[in-house]
Amino acid sequence: MSMFRIFDVAGSAVSAQSQRLNVVASNLANADTVAGPDGSAYKARQVVFQTALMGPPGQRDSTAGVRVSTIAEDNTPGRRVHDPKHPSADAGGYVTFSNVNPVEEMVNMMSASRSYQNNIEVMNTARSLLVKTLQIGQS
Amino acid sequence: MIPRLSDALDFQSQALVLRADRQRLIASNIANADTPGFKSRDFDFADALRTATGSTQAGQGIADDILQPGGKSAPRLRYVQPNQTHLDSNTVDMDRERAAFVDNAVKYEATLRFINGSVRSMLDAMKSHNQG
Repeated sequence: MSMFRIFDVAGSAVSAQSQRLNVVASNLANADTVAGPDGSAYKARQVVFQTALMGPPGQRDSTAGVRVSTIAEDNTPGRRVHDPKHPSADAGGYVTFSNVNPVEEMVNMMSASRSYQNNIEVMNTARSLLVKTLQIGQS
Repeated sequence: MIPRLSDALDFQSQALVLRADRQRLIASNIANADTPGFKSRDFDFADALRTATGSTQAGQGIADDILQPGGKSAPRLRYVQPNQTHLDSNTVDMDRERAAFVDNAVKYEATLRFINGSVRSMLDAMKSHNQG
């Protein structure tokens, strides 16, 4: 029954989106992290989605799920603030913060949670359709 | 006798299989709504059903062919023409996919009811007159 594959597809999307939410959470948590003694502050991370074909090897069909291929680090330089009294200031009196952009992360979070909801709804619909299919000929 | 019983259900079951296929396809479009470069796909249901049931009259065992992807009666997939372009060249239009998903789910249920209806009328026909 090909409908059962929907759970694999929507499930792969749900787990990919939850990974994206995890990364957003870790970015937001580190939004105000300053550079340590080695001078490297936290770098924002982004998940990269990729289409993953479903089904056992050798008989893959057109159904496409999704998976996280890599988690890429954002290499733009972090925000630098002149604050000579700060304990983490460098020789020039500058403090390097992480390069997380909180506005971008919030937008990312909204998008991820909407996609998560959509896929849950897909699963619920597929479940109710399958239950009704199992009741063919009854009642 | 048995073929006559199954023929009545054959058309609806082909339609049901195609509806399930389309449901799966739209689910995979929705799952890939955020995948860069993913192209949304769909198939023309009327066309696919005509192909599937048209070949039923010519030969037998077609229902197995439809379930098998890549078989000669598997529905031909087409890329959806996007209304708006995305920077990451993803062509999934969430509004369209949601609408298609709900539409297909309702029609799947309708097909189920048709099947239930013919099963029930067949059962009624099998009952003897004094059974109620």
